Amino acid sequence: MFEYAPAPESRDIVDIRPSYGLFINGEWVEPQGEERHKTVNPATEEVLAEVAWAGEADVDRAVGAAAKAFPLWSGMPGAERAKYLFRIARIIQERSRELAVLETLDNGKPIRESRDVDLPLVAAHFFYYAGWADKLSYAGFGPDPRPLGVAGQVIPWNFPLLMLAWKIAPALACGNTVVLKPAETTPLTALAFAEICRQADLPPGVVNIVTGAGETGAALVAHPGVDKVAFTGSTEVGRHIARSLAGTRKKLTLELGGKAANIVFEDAPIDQAVEGVVNGIFFNQGHVCCAGSRLLVQESVAADLLEALKRRLGTLRLGDPLDKNTDIGAINSAEQLAKIRELSEAGEAEGAERWSPACPIPDRGYWFPPTLFTGVAQSHRIAREEIFGPVLSVLTFRTPAEAVEKANNTPYGLSAGVWTEKGSLMLWMASRLRAGVVWSNTFNRFDPASPFGGFKESGYGREGGRHGLEAYLAV
Amino acid sequence: MSEQAARLAVRKTYKLFVGGAFPRSESGRSYAVTSSKGDFLANAARASRKDARDAVSAARKAFSGWSGATAYNRGQILYRIAEMLEGRRAQFVAEVVDADGVSAKKAGELVDAAVDRLVWYAGWSDKIGAVLGSANPVAGPYFNLSSPEPTGVVAVVAPPMGPLLGLVSVIAPVIVTGNTCVVAASERAPLPAITLAEVLATSDLPGGVVNILTGSSAEIAPWLAGHMDVNGIDLTGADPDLAVTCEELAAENLKRVLRPPAGRVDWLADPGIERMTAFLETKTVWHPIGV
Repeated sequence: MFEYAPAPESRDIVDIRPSYGLFINGEWVEPQGEERHKTVNPATEEVLAEVAWAGEADVDRAVGAAAKAFPLWSGMPGAERAKYLFRIARIIQERSRELAVLETLDNGKPIRESRDVDLPLVAAHFFYYAGWADKLSYAGFGPDPRPLGVAGQVIPWNFPLLMLAWKIAPALACGNTVVLKPAETTPLTALAFAEICRQADLPPGVVNIVTGAGETGAALVAHPGVDKVAFTGSTEVGRHIARSLAGTRKKLTLELGGKAANIVFEDAPIDQAVEGVVNGIFFNQGHVCCAGSRLLVQESVAADLLEALKRRLGTLRLGDPLDKNTDIGAINSAEQLAKIRELSEAGEAEGAERWSPACPIPDRGYWFPPTLFTGVAQSHRIAREEIFGPVLSVLTFRTPAEAVEKANNTPYGLSAGVWTEKGSLMLWMASRLRAGVVWSNTFNRFDPASPFGGFKESGYGREGGRHGLEAYLAV
Repeated sequence: MSEQAARLAVRKTYKLFVGGAFPRSESGRSYAVTSSKGDFLANAARASRKDARDAVSAARKAFSGWSGATAYNRGQILYRIAEMLEGRRAQFVAEVVDADGVSAKKAGELVDAAVDRLVWYAGWSDKIGAVLGSANPVAGPYFNLSSPEPTGVVAVVAPPMGPLLGLVSVIAPVIVTGNTCVVAASERAPLPAITLAEVLATSDLPGGVVNILTGSSAEIAPWLAGHMDVNGIDLTGADPDLAVTCEELAAENLKRVLRPPAGRVDWLADPGIERMTAFLETKTVWHPIGV
C-alpha cells in the first residue's frame, strides 16, 4: 500500500456551540426538563456539545407550533413554498463544506463521503422537491392534492442530514409542517439546519427540531396533533410504531432494515464487481440499511473473486474520518460497536470463517476493521440479521434460480445487486428479486429523482421521486 | 284425482373455496345463514384457523405464477370472470335479494354494477404500470426505471354489506395487479361469495389466486392479520374494534394495511385507483450507461 501523508480537512470551518436548546417556532428554547445529553465524536470520544433531551411537554409545544404554522404554510401558493425550499437548497450548497465537516465530526463517516455524497445529495433533494411544490396538481394524485397537516419525523444516525432532507423536503413541498427528531448520537447537523431555516426566513413553526432519544421519538409519534408519521430506523422500532398507530388516522411510512444480496455471476467483470461489492458493504462503515451485506457469488468464480476482494480490502484505509484519504471511518457509537462485535462473534461461533486485512486500529474511538466471512450458511445469524457494520457474509450459488431463492430468503426486501454482462439475465433477476431497489452493475446509488424504499419488512412507502410525494399528501 | 306432489328443490351445499377446490371446513363446523327477513337459507362452512392457514398456503403457491403472468393475460381472465358473472345474472339477483332484502330491480342494478366493475378493473391490468411507473431522470449516467409490483399475498376482510358488488370491488383491485388473496367473506351474507367462487373456478383463474373463507370475521380476520406469510391486509369490512386488533397484529411483519373507510362506502361510485395502489410496491432498477 502506498504511504500517504495525513491530509486532514480543517475543522476550524465549524463553530459548535457548547450547548443547544430545542428549535421550536423559529426560536431556540430551553427544554422544560433538566435532562441533557453529550454528543461525542466517535473517532476520538471527545465531547462535541450538550444537547437538550425533549420531554412530552416539549414535544407538545413543538407540535403546537407546527399546527399553528400549518394554515399559513399550506395556504401559501406552491410557487412561494418552492422559493423557500430553493433558498434552503442554496444555503446548504453555500455552507456545504462546513456541514460536511460537522457531519463527519458527529457521525464518524469519512469526509470524502460526507463531502462528496451526503452533502451534494442533501442540496439536490431540496432542489428536487422545491420544484414539485407548485406542480402537485400534475403529480397524478388528483387536481388539487392536499397536505396532511403536521408530520412527525424520526430519523437515524447513519446519514443524519441526508435523512433530514429526505423527510423535510417532500413534507414542506406538499404543504405540511414538521417536527423532526434527529438521532440521539448525531443531532448536530439537524441543529445546524435549524439555523439554515432562520437564514432562509422560513416562517416560524414550519420546521421544528426536537432532540432526544427513543422516548422523545415515542412521544412525537404518539402525539394526537401529529397527522403523519415518517420513520427511518430499525425494523424493531418500526414494528412498534406501526402497532402504536393502529386505530388512528395517522398516515405512516417506514424505511427500515435490510439484508441485501449482492449477486455476482460468472460473466461479470471481476474488477468492477469487486469495486461494487466493496462500495456495497464498506460505504459508510456498512451503516447503510440497503448495504449489500450478503455477497452471493457464482461458484465457478468464487475463488477468483474472493482473492481479488481480499486484495482490495487490504488497500482500504481506516482512520481519522477528517483525513481526505480515509476510506473507513469510525463506528458511530459504543453501542453499535458492541452489536457488530456480538454478531461477528456469533458468525465465528456458528462455524463461518472470519477474515480481516491487517489494519491498525486507533487507540481512542470506536472502530471495526473491514471483515468478511466465508463458509456462511443461510441459517447463520450473520446471513439473516442486519449487522449495520463493515461485515460481509459470502455465500455461493450455482444457477440463477438458486441465486433468486437465496437472495429472497430474508424477511427484508430493501435492495439487491446484480452483476452480469448479460442484459436478459440482469432483467430476469431484477424482475424476480423482491426488493425495492435493484442495482445492476452498480450499487449504493442514490438520487432525489429515484424512489427508494422496501418490500416486506423493510417498510412501506417511498422516498424520492414523484412517488415520494404520496407520503405527504392526502391520497 | 290426487294432487300432483310439488317437486322438492335440490339445494346447494355452500363450502369454502381454497386452492381452486371447494372443501368443507376441516373443523366440520358450520353456521346457519338467514335472509334479511330471518328465513333460513343454508348452512355455510365456518372456517377454522387451519382452513385460514391452508388458504394462505394456496395463495402463496399461486403468487409466483399469477404475478408472473402477463398483464394482458390477467386482464383477459378478469374479463372472463365478468362474462361468467353476467351468465349467472339471475342466480346472483336472487341471492342478493335474499341477502339484502332489496327489490329484484335494485338487485339487478347491483349485479350489473359488479359485472361492470370487473370489466373496469380488467382494463387496468396493462395500464396501471404505465400510470404508476416512471423513468427517472437521475443526475448521472444511469438508466433508472420504477415500476409497480404486487405486494404478495393479501388478506381481504370483505364488507358485511354489499355481498356481491362490495365483494367484487375489494377482490378485483387486489388480484388485477398480480397479488393473490384470502378473503373473509361477509359473515352475514356469505352465500353470494361462494357462488362467486363458482364463477371464479370456471373463469381460467388459476387455483389459489382467490381463496374465500366463510364464517366468523372476528375469528378469521385476526388469524390472517397475524399470519407471517401474508403481506397485506384490507380491513374494509372490519368493524372499528376488529380493525384495531388486526392492524396491531399486522404490524408484526409490517403488512401493508388498508384501513376501513371513515364513512359508509358507496360501492356504485367511481372506485379510484387507491385499492390497487394500497397493495403495490415500487421497484426501481438502476443500470449504468456507457460504452
